[in-house]
Amino acid sequence: MPLETAPETPSAPAAEAATTTRTEARERAARNRRSMVLGARVGVLVGFLGLWELCARTNVIDPFNFSQPSRIWDQIWQWITHGTAQGSLGEQIGYTLYEALTGWVLGVIGGVLLGIALGRIRFLADVFGPYIKVLNAIPRIVLAPIFLIWFGLGPASKVASAVVLVFFPVFFNAFQGAREVDRNLVANARILGADNRRVTLQVVIPAATTWIFTSLHVSFGFALIGAIVGEYIGATKGLGLMVAAAQGTFNAAGVYAAMSILAVVALVTEGLLTYAEKKLFRWKPADAGDGR
Amino acid sequence: MTRTPAIELTGATKRFRTPSGALHTAVRDLDLTVAQGEFVAVVGPTGCGKSTTLTLVSGLEEPTEGEVRVHGEPVRGIDPRVGFVFQQDAVFPWRTVLSNVMAGPRFRGVPAAEARERAREWLGRVGLAAFEDRYPHQLSGGMRKRVALAQTFVNDPAILLMDEPFSALDVQTRALMSDQLLELWAGSGSTEDAASVVFVTHDLDEAIALADRVVVMTAGPATVKEVFTVDLPRPRTVEAVRLEPRFVELYREIWASLGEEVRITRERGAGRAA
Repeated sequence: MPLETAPETPSAPAAEAATTTRTEARERAARNRRSMVLGARVGVLVGFLGLWELCARTNVIDPFNFSQPSRIWDQIWQWITHGTAQGSLGEQIGYTLYEALTGWVLGVIGGVLLGIALGRIRFLADVFGPYIKVLNAIPRIVLAPIFLIWFGLGPASKVASAVVLVFFPVFFNAFQGAREVDRNLVANARILGADNRRVTLQVVIPAATTWIFTSLHVSFGFALIGAIVGEYIGATKGLGLMVAAAQGTFNAAGVYAAMSILAVVALVTEGLLTYAEKKLFRWKPADAGDGR
Repeated sequence: MTRTPAIELTGATKRFRTPSGALHTAVRDLDLTVAQGEFVAVVGPTGCGKSTTLTLVSGLEEPTEGEVRVHGEPVRGIDPRVGFVFQQDAVFPWRTVLSNVMAGPRFRGVPAAEARERAREWLGRVGLAAFEDRYPHQLSGGMRKRVALAQTFVNDPAILLMDEPFSALDVQTRALMSDQLLELWAGSGSTEDAASVVFVTHDLDEAIALADRVVVMTAGPATVKEVFTVDLPRPRTVEAVRLEPRFVELYREIWASLGEEVRITRERGAGRAA
């Protein structure tokens, strides 16, 4: 080994030095890899948008139908600075978020409560099981026009469509979670002295949270869909209405711009949810906690 | 002096309906008596119905026929005097170590401060005082088992049921855990009596080293085949007692009885596989 050239060097510090340089090298390699991935990601985005812009400008694709990134950006900028036809952009986002969040919270509460109840109480599961299957078989998005008739153009009809979309995935996961609780844990709790109520609250619900949280990620997306579709069909405010309005005036850039804003909103809320999940699942081993 | 036995099973039979609809008899016509403060080990071939016997005593399951009595009273539901250590991990993964040990007293309505004090005392006895804030996944298998022991002992059970509690541990850890169990058992019980223990295992070494009596079960459906008294002096340590000539003698005697049942089970398995 080249390190042995100094004859009087005690071996321990030399070995230590060797390991630190090796650790450093490994860290450097990991850092390089991370920046490579990040660079490639940005590259893909820039390449895609650049190609789109180029094709549109050289009339390879028709810019009237397919629009182009620069026009979409102009549209977003115009909305930010001058507001939309329905009012300021922030107000539209706030409206959609309000409808989606309200629908999501209501749907989650209903789904979790009913899921746990049916998962724990055999009788209820046997009675309501077929009805829930039938309701689940209906493509629920077609309920949106009915809700519009029932609840009018205001937020209530959008909240209702978000609720029906959110309820089922959450319900099925909570039900499954309550059903598949480790039987040993339940037996142990009962031996230790827990009554039925305590078994439900302190064993079944904590054990089912993993299942429930998986459905929360998916279902927030559904809540947004419910709100947007509701707004698209008929509303006075919201991002869905902006899509509908842009489509009505053959403004392709407007449709894409509203979609981009929606994507950003969805990503931010998804990030917040992941953060909350990490806080809540401290008891899980790190490798299994991520779920993906 | 005649005292009520801690556990009495008379003609206990347990049948299950299997998923395919057939009736499966796990335990057949079982008679077993455990005196107060006695340590009984139950050995038998794999899958013969040893664990079912324990669930009958605990009240988790009811016998199809026959009767199960605990301290003279028929078992109806789960008896608060019973403690149960499971084969698999049954500590609550979302609770810290301290909170896990507190669970029993808290379920039984003990105020939080007192429960915490008692839990800390038992964590100290199993040598986990420094780990009370950890979550179970941060501990080794042996440490989790010690949490399970503390969780059970903190309830001060008069009857302790153990279903192959150390089978998932490596050999060295298992010997250490056995010694610790004997220590805890000797120091348990609020009265002058230690807890009565039924310890199910497939490890004959472990059975002889721990127990006052070893019960050999037949190949399933399980019933008592023979009972051996282990006349080795206490206090014992597992590693030392294993070297005594009397231990080897007992081992040979009991194995002669158990080995036959193990062979029957194996032949049946082979017959089914063919």
